[in-house]
Amino acid sequence: MERLLDWTFVVGHMNYWLFIVLMMTGLFIVVARGNLVKKIIGLNIFQAAVFMLYISIGKVTGGTAPIYPVDMQGHMQVDPSIIYSNPLPHVLILTAIVVGIATTSLALALTIRIREAYDTIEEDDILKIERHMAAEDNKEHGAAMGGRA
Amino acid sequence: MVETIINIILFTMLVLTALAIVRIDSLFAAVMLSGVFSLLSALLFVTLDAVDVAFTEAAVGAGISTVLMLMTIALTSRTQKKATRSGMVPFVVVAVTGGALFYGTLDMPNLGDPNAPAQLHVAPEYLAGSIKDIDVPNVVTSVLASYRGYDTLGETAVVFTAGIGVLLLLSGLGRRRRKDEEGDA
Repeated sequence: MERLLDWTFVVGHMNYWLFIVLMMTGLFIVVARGNLVKKIIGLNIFQAAVFMLYISIGKVTGGTAPIYPVDMQGHMQVDPSIIYSNPLPHVLILTAIVVGIATTSLALALTIRIREAYDTIEEDDILKIERHMAAEDNKEHGAAMGGRA
Repeated sequence: MVETIINIILFTMLVLTALAIVRIDSLFAAVMLSGVFSLLSALLFVTLDAVDVAFTEAAVGAGISTVLMLMTIALTSRTQKKATRSGMVPFVVVAVTGGALFYGTLDMPNLGDPNAPAQLHVAPEYLAGSIKDIDVPNVVTSVLASYRGYDTLGETAVVFTAGIGVLLLLSGLGRRRRKDEEGDA
């Protein structure tokens, strides 16, 4: 309990906790909202929070962006006294952002197709139509099977 | 200390934007707010030293994804139905998940700790080796295109697959729509 009240601990972990708040807001949109476009926006927020978490892990206090300065002749100036942040999380998240837009575009294309087939993009209405279709199906095939289905 | 304050201000704005997206019923406004959200997160990436990530996020998150979503709502609908279900069950789910994640962060090293495990593994090798192995000033570029080039190849494969998927899903959309209209008339 004493450890939780430690001020440096709180400031050092503040970022992570704020990411969790953002991430959970995104999750709430995905779970609680029925509109498919809204769900995709929620997923994007969730995803952005994960990106921020990763980038925070790569941050080094007093560090700068991992780019070596170049002089007029094009030679890199390597100064060992300068601290650079960790470039690896940056690379991973660059990849993740591009993959994220690919999955988002696929999800949006699916939404357009769902709208074409069901004429709605509200989850409740889609489920209602599906249940109705299943009931119709049962009626049709049930009669053929002697009314038992 | 200044960085911490900037972080907290940016976060407050991000959380407010996210809450506005939860509340709002107009999808157009929600899409625009998600663009704002991406731009704010790009600013946050700059304060966390990730400039490459910041401009990718600004171009992809605030640019392309907003355009794609606008196209989608133009083809589907512009408002969402009012929520009929109670928000209680989702709220409990979210609170429990958030609590578990919070518990998980307690073991993490402080933000910016130079002795954190993430800083001591391959990162120093990349930073030192990139000068003589690759000879590119931007270490992020040299890791992306050389040290972890296969990751980028895999990423390209994913984007290619997604592109084919989108093409297959949307091909013939206009044609079918015209046929329907002729059928109605």
